[in-house]
Amino acid sequence: MPNWLAIILFLLVVLGAATGVISGAVWSAGFLPAMPGWLIILLKIGIIVFGFVMLVASLMTLVGDRKQSAKIQNRIGPNRATFFGQSLGGLPHFIADGIKMLFKEDIVPNGAHRTFHMVAPALIFIPALLGFSVIPFMDEYCSTGAPMVTPNYPFELCPNGEWLNYFQVIDLNSGMLFAFAIASIEVYGATIAGWAANNKYSLLGGMRSAAQMISYEVSLGLSLAGLLLIWGTLDLNEMVRLQGKLFAGWIPLWGIVIQPVAFFLFFLVGMAETKRPPFDQPEGESEIVAGYFTEYSSMKFAVIQLAEYVATVFLATLTAVFFLGGWQVPFLFADGFHFGGIGAQPDIALPYAVVIAMRIVAMLFKVLVVVWLQFMMRWTYPSFRYDQVMTMGWKIVLPLSLANFFVTAFIVLII
Amino acid sequence: MGEVNVKTLKQKDRTFWEQTYVTEFIKGLGVTMKHFFTNLSPNKEDRDTRTVEYPDEPRDYPDRYRGRHRLMVRDDGQVRCVACMCCSTICPADCIHIEAAEHDDPSIEKYPETFVIDQLRCIACGMCVEACPCDAIRMDSGVHVSAFEDREESFHDRETLMDLGGQSMAEQGGDHIPSPN
Ligand code: SF4
Ligand code: SF4
Repeated sequence: MPNWLAIILFLLVVLGAATGVISGAVWSAGFLPAMPGWLIILLKIGIIVFGFVMLVASLMTLVGDRKQSAKIQNRIGPNRATFFGQSLGGLPHFIADGIKMLFKEDIVPNGAHRTFHMVAPALIFIPALLGFSVIPFMDEYCSTGAPMVTPNYPFELCPNGEWLNYFQVIDLNSGMLFAFAIASIEVYGATIAGWAANNKYSLLGGMRSAAQMISYEVSLGLSLAGLLLIWGTLDLNEMVRLQGKLFAGWIPLWGIVIQPVAFFLFFLVGMAETKRPPFDQPEGESEIVAGYFTEYSSMKFAVIQLAEYVATVFLATLTAVFFLGGWQVPFLFADGFHFGGIGAQPDIALPYAVVIAMRIVAMLFKVLVVVWLQFMMRWTYPSFRYDQVMTMGWKIVLPLSLANFFVTAFIVLII
Repeated sequence: MGEVNVKTLKQKDRTFWEQTYVTEFIKGLGVTMKHFFTNLSPNKEDRDTRTVEYPDEPRDYPDRYRGRHRLMVRDDGQVRCVACMCCSTICPADCIHIEAAEHDDPSIEKYPETFVIDQLRCIACGMCVEACPCDAIRMDSGVHVSAFEDREESFHDRETLMDLGGQSMAEQGGDHIPSPN
């Protein structure tokens, strides 16, 4: 098949899919107010989980892991799987991988606990996805379509209408607690997977992942305690809104600006939580084969792998929400850009729909940048030794986050 | 007991920042980022990748690459080989088969009626080229031996070998020299 034909065909498929998604969104937007609440929630879950999380996670298996590492190591990376004769930057590989995984034999080792062995991948995967239910991808939607921005920023009015929660699956006012509670459940999956396989390596990997995740979870929460003191809320959307405030009219008060130390700690601890190199001790390829999923094959293996990538996306999303302003675009408010403080009229007025689109794109962009950075680090640094991981967790990161907490508390007290 | 010379090497102390790893981590990230962005360049020339995407991109062989054999020709287009059997004698893989026939020109005496090289047996040692007294066989065609679907295809006969052939700079034996003009 000639090249141009394949390219046109591919473009048609992509365009078709895009039109489908957009027209579906427009269609459902027209009906949104009339739809029952559960349908809206289902729609949100579908779009967030399949349209974003799963897409990014499965693309990362290819783009992040194989293409990016190839670029760093002066290689080309996979490009032999083709779509009608076009390698398309290797994209068809991840589909090929999925199909291959489906057709592989699923082996349960002798003496394994069959039920747990089967359930464990789901125990890792489900919490990883559940966390996304509290992530705000945009501010609440004003039903009349024209919210009023007040100079007192996080306080916005929606005249003659109400705030509708269209861009967040559940609007929990303790969203942050929920996110961390769910994230820490993942450790059960890893440990059970390691234990159920009846393999010493798996068991070691499971123990390691339990120890590592529990040690770092302490710091994960503590590094954010400073932000909690400053913002005084656990509601993720409220946190993002507060980050839209401007200091002296020009500096957006993102989490990274007010808590730079916490940002670095959180980023570091986040990497340790996702069990990616340089913190890949639970997998420890050189010592314990593949750690807790040594004995997994076929789709179960794929699910565990995917869950790790989803966890990476989740941590990246949390980083974006806490420190990089979530869906905030600097100086962009609900009615357009206000430079140098919120005036009565926006400097560049924008329709509400454009603002929404820009904010969603900003959120996705931030997440992707953080994911990219995590992968850069993954391909840059050598792994820590296991005892170094523990030393760092308990002796360096924990005291640092405690110190950060105390200093912040002190400053908050003075101001 | 002889004196043992011990040289004490003083290790460079780590500076404070090196010890915290912070600067070193950033430096390391800088290196990988440099590679990453260099290799993202849309212009292939600017990238650092050395990979040759072989079947899609031709690979340049070095000048002395021993490729497919070729039989050189005389300036009237006849085969240059005089069927002296030197090459088939020296060939360690014993893969050159020559059947000599008498040439019409008494000053040339012999020519190969059949000249077959079994490319599946050839080990590309180049000894035949070295042995040939009249520069009649060469391996400098720059074409590698392609894969065969059938054993028969691996027998390169005289015509196949001559297809790649050219004229030699070396002096040509025999009286059979047509005047240049
Ligand atoms: S290259 Fe070596 S093996 Fe091949 S035909 Fe010549 S002498 Fe024989
Ligand atoms: S190719 Fe050269 S060495 Fe071989 S038979 Fe002919 S003249 Fe002799």
